[in-house]
Amino acid sequence: MLLDWLLPALVVTALALLVIGAIRRIQLWRAGQPEPVKLIAGLMAMPRRYLVDLHHVVERDKVMSNTHVATAGGFVLSMLLIIPVHVLGLESRWLSIPLLIATALMFTGAIFVYRRRRNPPARLSRGPWMRLPKSLLMFSASFFLLTLLTSGFLPESFGSWVFTGILLIGVVFGLSEMLFGMGWGGPMKHAFAGALHLAFHRRPERFGGGRSTGLKPVNLDGKLGVAEPKDFKWNQLLGFDACVQCGRCEAVCPAFAAGQPLNPKKLIQDMVVGLAGGTDANYAGSPYPGTEVGKAQGNPHQPIVDGLVSADTLWSCTTCRACVEECPMMIEHVDAIVDMRRHLTLERGETPNKGAEVLDNLIATDNPGGYEPGSRMNWAADLDLPLMADKHDAEVLFWVSDGCFDMRSQRILRAFVKILKAANVDFAVLGNEERDSGDVARRLGDDATFQSLARHNIATLGKYRFQRIVTTDPHAFHVLKNEYGDFGGHYEVLHHSTFINELVEQGRLALDRFKGGTVTYHDPCYLGRYNGEYESPRALLGALGIQVNEMERSGYRSRCCGGGGGAPITDIPGEHRIADMRVDDARKVEAETIAVACQQCTSMLEGVVEPRPEIRDLAELVADGLIVETAESTTPAAQPIAEEVH
Amino acid sequence: MSPDSFPNSLSNPDLKVASLISVGQHPKSGRARRASQDARAVELGLKMTGSASRLIHVGGGDETGLRQYLGMGLPEITLLKADGRADAVPILASYLKEQPADIVLSGIHAEQGEASGMVPYLLAEHLGWPIVPRIADIQKVEDGFAEVLQALPRGQRRLLRVQLPFIATVDNAAPDARQYAFGPARRGLMNGVAVYAPVDEARLDWQENPAKPRPKRLNVVKAKSAADRFKAATAKPQGQGGKVIRDGTDREKAEAIMELLIAEGVVR
Ligand code: SF4
Ligand code: SF4
Repeated sequence: MLLDWLLPALVVTALALLVIGAIRRIQLWRAGQPEPVKLIAGLMAMPRRYLVDLHHVVERDKVMSNTHVATAGGFVLSMLLIIPVHVLGLESRWLSIPLLIATALMFTGAIFVYRRRRNPPARLSRGPWMRLPKSLLMFSASFFLLTLLTSGFLPESFGSWVFTGILLIGVVFGLSEMLFGMGWGGPMKHAFAGALHLAFHRRPERFGGGRSTGLKPVNLDGKLGVAEPKDFKWNQLLGFDACVQCGRCEAVCPAFAAGQPLNPKKLIQDMVVGLAGGTDANYAGSPYPGTEVGKAQGNPHQPIVDGLVSADTLWSCTTCRACVEECPMMIEHVDAIVDMRRHLTLERGETPNKGAEVLDNLIATDNPGGYEPGSRMNWAADLDLPLMADKHDAEVLFWVSDGCFDMRSQRILRAFVKILKAANVDFAVLGNEERDSGDVARRLGDDATFQSLARHNIATLGKYRFQRIVTTDPHAFHVLKNEYGDFGGHYEVLHHSTFINELVEQGRLALDRFKGGTVTYHDPCYLGRYNGEYESPRALLGALGIQVNEMERSGYRSRCCGGGGGAPITDIPGEHRIADMRVDDARKVEAETIAVACQQCTSMLEGVVEPRPEIRDLAELVADGLIVETAESTTPAAQPIAEEVH
Repeated sequence: MSPDSFPNSLSNPDLKVASLISVGQHPKSGRARRASQDARAVELGLKMTGSASRLIHVGGGDETGLRQYLGMGLPEITLLKADGRADAVPILASYLKEQPADIVLSGIHAEQGEASGMVPYLLAEHLGWPIVPRIADIQKVEDGFAEVLQALPRGQRRLLRVQLPFIATVDNAAPDARQYAFGPARRGLMNGVAVYAPVDEARLDWQENPAKPRPKRLNVVKAKSAADRFKAATAKPQGQGGKVIRDGTDREKAEAIMELLIAEGVVR
């Protein structure tokens, strides 16, 4: 019978083509820079990463998650069984019945894929992806029927030439999509690249509920940033190839929504074009707003900027990490963007708009505004703040940040000092010894300046004794907590929201109820997504008797204020302003006050024209609600009463 | 601005431009940096001859300051080694006699040290070249002449035709210097050249004090409207005495200037 030799031949050919294609693809990734990975451990961890971590993200869309489980699970199982049943010709009900179940499962999943593809949302790519559900249906249906046929579940009369012929055509279609396509850049590539990407992810700490958000340092004696696709690490290239073009990143990207020329999905696809060579003519998704598709072209050895992507695309990103948080394939968009920015800044000296000036100021004066380094304490001239240089030892080191130069941020700082004093916290500041944390320099791609600032700050911090650092600036918080470690600075760092909440929980602060109407809370990217702190700010608002009117996008899905990543400095024009869109979110829930926890968010949101909700930092809300005892007690509250006897 | 935008960079490949650079001092932090006017001179050099334009520095070779010039995309600095007490003028003069240039650019004055602004003048005198002070741009170089745009007060410009070789100081009206980048700054070379560097005897017994800003006389403007204020701010000062001499020989003109200097007590 024809099936006896043709079917095994087809499967074996498809498998062989898959292997050849896969080897070719692996060669493409190997053009990237070396990066050590744990080979065996990674591969061993892969199934768990797929089943637990990846599905944790996919599960945010329940229907799609079940669909994927059915389709992918059905497919993997089918493939494992097709080999013994149809290639090796083992005849056993123990194999053929499971195969029937597997293909049926896959078929069911494929129906849901098909249904979603009938009216796909704008974020999904079309092109070959529209064909995929049909291929899935064809593959599962043909193998289901073939298995019925060969294992004698159907009467002999069914095995007519015509019927078998039709099934074989289905098999060919199905196999070429599922196996050939997997190795040769079809939509199914995601399964193969995705699996390896999970195994060799550059940030394995992200799996198992961990977090890894600090940027990786540049070796200043080596290659500075990424100029050409081959300058990426090999596993970054692999990561790009894992993209399923689901467009979840696109849907949450604030720059895309604002009509700035950035679409994280397109960016990743352009990187794929870069690593494989060619043009973006086959890209069938949303473009970079205002940019035509089809003009980009590149290869591993050709400069990326002004070939594959424009510099404006890279500078539009606020590094808000919404895309990374949302990506089911755990692709690292921000790392890639900053890598390319590093080349533009460190090699080409092309940081747009105010970028050059800000970097120049940071180099010359350690603050982005170019203010006199000796004037860092002017904001607190009347507060009599204890200096580390005098005390040498304090429980809390209050990291003031560059907010000290900005009059609006000074109100937040002063509010926080009031709280510290009310709770009798033993604290001190660095004063003029403090320098910019390096956050902006680093996001603008100037890792040299970042590293120099970091080293100076670490040296300064090393002179003093303290238990923890507390800051009102989530950017400084992130950098001190997650990025100084690479240079030997390991500290316990707290954001003021966490710290104040602790004080409240310990009963060291007495708070009145807030009487200012409805309140919503805006999660700063660098506090929320970068550091996972969603609870303390809400608990603190609760302690003030505030019931938060949550915006649609809050928590890990919070929409950026537009202030991160140096975006206000590079200032790439779009159709809307990100801050306006964020304030609109708050208007939708009829908030009269937006509680924020970041001075950058404060200035971005307050820059929106009135009428708009009032913008108040948590520190300000708490400071206003403080119940201060009239007669200031000189003995610290924590001191046991018994000691007074002596 | 790309170096190719200068019309003569291609038709005039032999044009030799050198910029004299000094180590600047940031006004707020006092840190070493590229001097802002010198950087504009380098920018102009880059515009004319791209990375073929030369950088010359006399001194010990302060890395942080000087490397910022390299970071603008130039491969090397010629470092004429001399210690802080040396007089830069004879060193530069003898170097430029050996390694001639067509156009030598510099800032108006240094940001630290003596900062008298005399180096370009004295150098011009030594070399016997013309000097064009405070230029905003060099528009083209053709047949041994350059068309130089000189900056005058209140945004005015004057186009001059100057024979090569010459020295020019670059005004703040010239285009801003480009960003400097870490990569090229790190890679750039400092080519130290040992030179005979006589000590500036005159300076040895000077005493140096930090400069204090001089009080400025406030210009009281009795303007009623914004238009008046604008006029007051931009109007040319009305001539207070003085005269314009157009005719007559150079000698007569020079005598008129000398007379004025004596009358004003500048020359005694
Ligand atoms: S990068 Fe991630 S989120 Fe964006 S389209 Fe690709 S797989 Fe989806
Ligand atoms: S980090 Fe934010 S702004 Fe940048 S690409 Fe991702 S979603 Fe867009």
